[in-house]
Amino acid sequence: MSDYGQTPPLEPAAQDPSAGSTRRMVLNMGPQHPSTHGVLRILLELDGEIITNAQPEIGFLHTGIEKQAEALGWQQVVTLTDRMDYLTNLSNNLAYVLPVERLLGLEIPPKAQWLRVLLCELSRINSHAVWLGTHALDLGAMTVFFYCFREREDILRIFEMFSGQRLMTSYIRIGGVALEPPRGWQKAVGKFIRGLSSKIDEYEDLLTKNPIFLQRTQGVGHLSLERLLDLGVTGPMIRAAGLQWDIRKSEPYSSYEKFDFDVPVFHEGDVYARFRVRVEEMRQSLRIVQQALEGMPEGPWKADAPHVVLPDREKMKTQMEALIYHFKIVTEGFRVPAGDAYVPVESPRGEIGFLAVSDGTSKPLRVFMRTPSFGNLQCLTPLFEGRLIADSIACLGSMDFVLGDVDR
Amino acid sequence: MLADNLKNSTVPAALEAWDPQALLNGVIAHGETTLWVEPSKIAAVCAYLKSEWQFNRLSGVTAIDRFPMEPRFEVVYLLHSIPRNERLKLKAALPGDHPEIESVCGVWEGANWYEREVFDLFGVRFLSHPDLRRIMMPDYWEGHPLRRDFPVHGHKYSYQND
Repeated sequence: MSDYGQTPPLEPAAQDPSAGSTRRMVLNMGPQHPSTHGVLRILLELDGEIITNAQPEIGFLHTGIEKQAEALGWQQVVTLTDRMDYLTNLSNNLAYVLPVERLLGLEIPPKAQWLRVLLCELSRINSHAVWLGTHALDLGAMTVFFYCFREREDILRIFEMFSGQRLMTSYIRIGGVALEPPRGWQKAVGKFIRGLSSKIDEYEDLLTKNPIFLQRTQGVGHLSLERLLDLGVTGPMIRAAGLQWDIRKSEPYSSYEKFDFDVPVFHEGDVYARFRVRVEEMRQSLRIVQQALEGMPEGPWKADAPHVVLPDREKMKTQMEALIYHFKIVTEGFRVPAGDAYVPVESPRGEIGFLAVSDGTSKPLRVFMRTPSFGNLQCLTPLFEGRLIADSIACLGSMDFVLGDVDR
Repeated sequence: MLADNLKNSTVPAALEAWDPQALLNGVIAHGETTLWVEPSKIAAVCAYLKSEWQFNRLSGVTAIDRFPMEPRFEVVYLLHSIPRNERLKLKAALPGDHPEIESVCGVWEGANWYEREVFDLFGVRFLSHPDLRRIMMPDYWEGHPLRRDFPVHGHKYSYQND
């Protein structure tokens, strides 16, 4: 992040006598710009309406989450992960928890794994709905925004029911989930998913064959698959360029191998293909939620590891041993064996993974957060080059980044 | 030198055969392969793994600060091969005094920002990097926040006596 307000001087372009007087122009887009959905500054170099160079400047939302993590106990770090990508905090929770559980060698009971899958897929629908609403709003279609936020509201109510929080849920914890699922959750989730399919049809009715939307998105923002891979882009952007790669299928975690779903792939690699991939992913997530709801196993919702997981309130009040464990965990935390682990997770934006490094103490030595938005944002410069300013908004929206996730 | 449990894995064995000096050590822990690479040869090793073993993605680059131990820094490269569905962690140990390592931007374009981030937050210099500037912190910032001797809390003028 360089000093804000330092605009490079305007330089006259090489003069072509036949073209009259033209000059290159440098324009600041952001840090406060409605279509960046956060604080991102892009330095645009313009030749008329054509972008000749675009340099993103990030770091405005850098809050030092990785540094904070080194000062907190292992379990407390879960709350920090919520604040990175605030649209899909449950995927972040899961991505942090998995490597720590691998270091601890914990066995997670099936019910907790199913709950994690169910909630992660609900947050994928939530994230894609917010993306779709705001992306369509950027391109001038206002109605979709209201439709999408209607569904988001329903999902947030479900999250609130589970964890008591709408946004910063911190529901997935090391060793299982934070609380016992509330009474009547099946009914709430069931009611939501029964109506969802027709609601996704509504979005598609508004956009998929809408001539204005098609003109703004088709053939815009194309990058070849090789270039995208080289730049480290992951998630729906890669699948819209024709690569069938989804971490839930290739390296399944949290029992994803037991669920039946498809990985949507489109080959055009433009903004429209990214839209199609994400809408199709919402339908597939719906299938997964349905299976998780119907096949939810019975049993405990947290691991049998008294040195890591807090004991039940009832036991803590009546059994000496449980009280000792409770005291130890609350005052000192738990120690994690020395080593490092990295478990990739498919978040709505792409590969998220935490490299958890332990030196054998009750605080992490280092937690590296490999966030999808940071990796995906690197393709901004090649994506913008040679395009109209108006198209840059469509490109920016189709990348689907969250600045909190980029800057951490 | 390879640990016994690595002798049978394809990629480390091939790397050992390709350049015996490049590979210092290796271990499989929790099902994840970690290879310690000679720091001066990191770019060559990455180029070899990308061209011969289809490691077409670089998931990320980061560093670990083991202050006050020496060698202080570990630069970690998270490699991923989609065709082989395989992941590999490369580590290079660097001293606390003037940590420098060759950039891998020439191998994967996407290494650019990750190396800038490590430079910004740890102060590890990447040689022949196309654009080595701070990325998260302002240009005038002093120090490297993710180093272990950089305090977590407090204003920078108030913690000097701690």
